[in-house]
Amino acid sequence: MKIFKIFFFIFCFFYIFNITSHVQANQDVDKISKNLRCLICQGQSVYDSQSDFALTIKMLIKNKLQEGESEDEIYDYLKTLYGEWIVYDPEFNKKNLLLWVFPLILFIFGGLLIYKKVFINEHRK
Amino acid sequence: MNKQIKFILIFSSLLFIFIIFFFGLNKSNIYTPNKVTNIEIPNFESRELFSNQKINAYELIQNSDYSLINIWASWCLPCRDEHPILINLQDKKKLNLIGINYKDKKKNSIKFLNELGNPYDTIIIDKNGLISVSLGAYGVPETYLVNRNYKILKRYVGPLNQENVIELFEIINENL
Repeated sequence: MKIFKIFFFIFCFFYIFNITSHVQANQDVDKISKNLRCLICQGQSVYDSQSDFALTIKMLIKNKLQEGESEDEIYDYLKTLYGEWIVYDPEFNKKNLLLWVFPLILFIFGGLLIYKKVFINEHRK
Repeated sequence: MNKQIKFILIFSSLLFIFIIFFFGLNKSNIYTPNKVTNIEIPNFESRELFSNQKINAYELIQNSDYSLINIWASWCLPCRDEHPILINLQDKKKLNLIGINYKDKKKNSIKFLNELGNPYDTIIIDKNGLISVSLGAYGVPETYLVNRNYKILKRYVGPLNQENVIELFEIINENL
């Protein structure tokens, strides 16, 4: 009876371990596929889409994760295959330099303006 | 003086916005696939449709100066449209025609080939679509012209037409 109990606990332990690792793997696939654009069903992410393309990409992500590849490595691999468009997050490059830098310039410019108005003008008074 | 600066500032910012919108709105926002060429195709292994033997892609491509890799499926309607064109290509000795059978049932694909003819020298099974994705494919049909060094020379997304075939042979003759 005691041996039976030990076997039962070991079985339960591995069963729970298996389920949690499976859930974790699926969560990683979901997370990555939410950041990818479905290329044949625009307006949807790979996560949302049930198209053949999206299903294959999800399977690819799962395989790559099982092979031990990191999230960034998977994004880079997909970018070499499908171009930058597949990821939602745009890369920092010459073409979109203004897009990235402009808010920063506005922020600094606005800050300086406020600083000038509030502190320097106050000081003069 | 202050008024002039204000005017210049407002005018230049309006001009800036106008230019951005003018070019931005004129640009087509319909996504066209990025047809990456001149890259090496990855090596892959799978089984042949009829013999079920293991096949290595690089070994197949090495056999001929040029290979035409065509991704197809029996359930894909545009594949039926382009099939006569592939049948015509069958006689061209310069080309090694490799078919990739995408997410298909063996029974259906053989029925499709019996009905319309088999233009392919070899057909590779891609049961879960991973081989096609590793080539950068979006779906079916899709065609790649590859040289002996595994480089993609031309890529066609969607069914092939006569103009594409003329272009294909222009590329092949240029490189000979």
